[in-house]
Amino acid sequence: MVEPIIRLENIHKAYGKDEILKGISLEIQEGEVVVIIGPSGTGKSTLLRCINQLTVPNKGDVWVDGVELTDPRVDINKARRHIGFVFQDFNLFNHLNALNNVSIGLKLVLGLTPEKAKEKALLELDRVGLKQKADLFPGQLSGGQKQRVAIARALAMDPRVMLFDEPTSALDPELIGEVLEVMQKLAREGMTMICVTHEMGFAREVASRIIFMEHGVVVEEGSPEHMFTRPQYDRTREFLGKISELYGKQK
Amino acid sequence: MTETFTGLIPYILTGLQVTLEVTILALGIGFIIGLGLALVRVYGSKTPAQLIAVVSVIIRALPHILLLLLMYFAIAALVNLTPFWAGSLSLAIISSAYQSEILRGALLSVGSGQMMAARTLGMTRVQAIRHIILPQALRQAIPAWSNEAAIIVKDSSLVYVLGVPEILRKAQYYSARTYQPFTAFIAVAVVYFVLTFLTNRGLCALERKLKIPGQ
Amino acid sequence: MQAYLIFLQTAIPELWAGTLITLQITLVALIAGFFIGFPAALARIYGGKTLSAISTTYTEIFRGTPVLVQLFIIYYGLPQFGITLSAFMAAYVAMGLNSGAYQAEYFRGAIQAISSGQMMAAQSLGMNKLKAITYIIVPQAFRLALPAWANEVVSMVKVTSIVYLTAVPDLMTKAKILSSKYFNPIETYLTAAVFYLIIIGILSIVLNYIEKVSRIPGLEMEGEAR
Repeated sequence: MVEPIIRLENIHKAYGKDEILKGISLEIQEGEVVVIIGPSGTGKSTLLRCINQLTVPNKGDVWVDGVELTDPRVDINKARRHIGFVFQDFNLFNHLNALNNVSIGLKLVLGLTPEKAKEKALLELDRVGLKQKADLFPGQLSGGQKQRVAIARALAMDPRVMLFDEPTSALDPELIGEVLEVMQKLAREGMTMICVTHEMGFAREVASRIIFMEHGVVVEEGSPEHMFTRPQYDRTREFLGKISELYGKQK
Repeated sequence: MTETFTGLIPYILTGLQVTLEVTILALGIGFIIGLGLALVRVYGSKTPAQLIAVVSVIIRALPHILLLLLMYFAIAALVNLTPFWAGSLSLAIISSAYQSEILRGALLSVGSGQMMAARTLGMTRVQAIRHIILPQALRQAIPAWSNEAAIIVKDSSLVYVLGVPEILRKAQYYSARTYQPFTAFIAVAVVYFVLTFLTNRGLCALERKLKIPGQ
Repeated sequence: MQAYLIFLQTAIPELWAGTLITLQITLVALIAGFFIGFPAALARIYGGKTLSAISTTYTEIFRGTPVLVQLFIIYYGLPQFGITLSAFMAAYVAMGLNSGAYQAEYFRGAIQAISSGQMMAAQSLGMNKLKAITYIIVPQAFRLALPAWANEVVSMVKVTSIVYLTAVPDLMTKAKILSSKYFNPIETYLTAAVFYLIIIGILSIVLNYIEKVSRIPGLEMEGEAR
């Protein structure tokens, strides 16, 4: 067995008395596309944020690419460089145009020269099909375009893994497709991805594994085929039924 | 009348440089202190943040003339400063309390997502504040800050009481010499009016120039 | 410490007397400011070209120049034309005119924050413009202007302190007299500062309470302090 690129061991997180994560363990191999599903408020986003330590777990270990991020001696800024993160509400830097949104990390964090950074940023914008929008500011882009810039910004750092936190939930239905397309392309290229999403079509098509979470624990996990056709637990079946009813009709 | 003004206005304007210097020093030093205080209040640890909040409330509750005199005498007891410097510094400290509130509000108006996104790229907290939060917050602060700038232009007249030879003091000299107090003080009012007007216009233009496209 | 306590025995009655004068000037200024500022706001919005221009000029001039200069013009300047006001009267006039300009802006903001739909709805019920302003717009505007108006009360307590330059015996002037008599400016001004803090503290609590009990749910506006 190869060493997994991400390993979570017994992750606990609570806000006051409210226990969000109740001991989650997970291993993800390089090249895997893992989709995490589950009702809202069950800790999916918190789990994702524990991976890059945006949220620090109360207990448990996080290993990414052979480094234990929960070790206080680890330089977390250095570790985060190579963990791409895509937010639900984009969080593009409002005062920078698309090009500079992508290049600022290259310059400030990776220390590239302005010319090199610009060159690389244009390349990444091209990858998400937005090279011609490089000069526009976030306020001048549609939601789908913003999210694609956000993906380019994360990709520019040459991440070893990409984490997606409900990347299409804030989008108008007609804009979801362009973002999913970019994500599918990434998956085909072999990027290791963890996606929290309700897009079952995407999960069915692209995921190597689907994880169903509820109330801070993993209820069930398996291949899309297993999860969609013969899930072991009623809760999984119920949830998948409800979600395809909710989201299926829009398409 | 014309003769009065040809003599009066140039005479008052001999104090203009002092007025401008006091204003710019008070605003500039007040900005540096105020920004530091705002950063501590938003990003610093709890105890200093609370301490600053309390001091800021006290300063903002007191009349500026009282604070000016209090600090003038306190500074005079400690170091040997000219009234010009003591007055400018006192106004700067007063202004820093108001500016820290303006800047704190501006820092808080930048969504927490901006900081998170910067940190996920691997930026340090300081890098994120400097390159992501501040450029947005400072733009946001311009309208309120221009209000404060106009207040300090007007407050610069308070150093009159310390005998600093700014425009109001010049007007008073003129009125004592010519027995035309009304003419003298109206003239100085006109100068202040032009100054506050230009301050507002200038900062408005700056705001437009720095406006982020699409916002 | 001993010396300071002895000083306080003389200082407290003096500063208290000054406090009453400070409150008196503040009160007169606020009332005068209201009776100038509110009509000025109405003139600015509903008054037609000329009245609106006069109102705008008034507020811009008084907000664009230092209150100290305004006081000097009225107290030291007017005698040039044979108009001599007592120090108190000059303070009332200057502070009243100054506060009026700021109050005009607060009321204007409040009136303009009330949607044009309110006026249309009132007129569609058959009210004429005057009635609509009196019964529909103004009551809402007063409520909306309250936070800004509360700020103005606190501001005026502070602003009146400059009357010490025209020797009106307010809190600030009393402090100055005491400090030159006892050669202890820092102690005196700190003591006066405590008096100001108490006045402003009590006023803030009272005004906050009034604001809270008179709150109309859902009707709110940002108050802008000077």
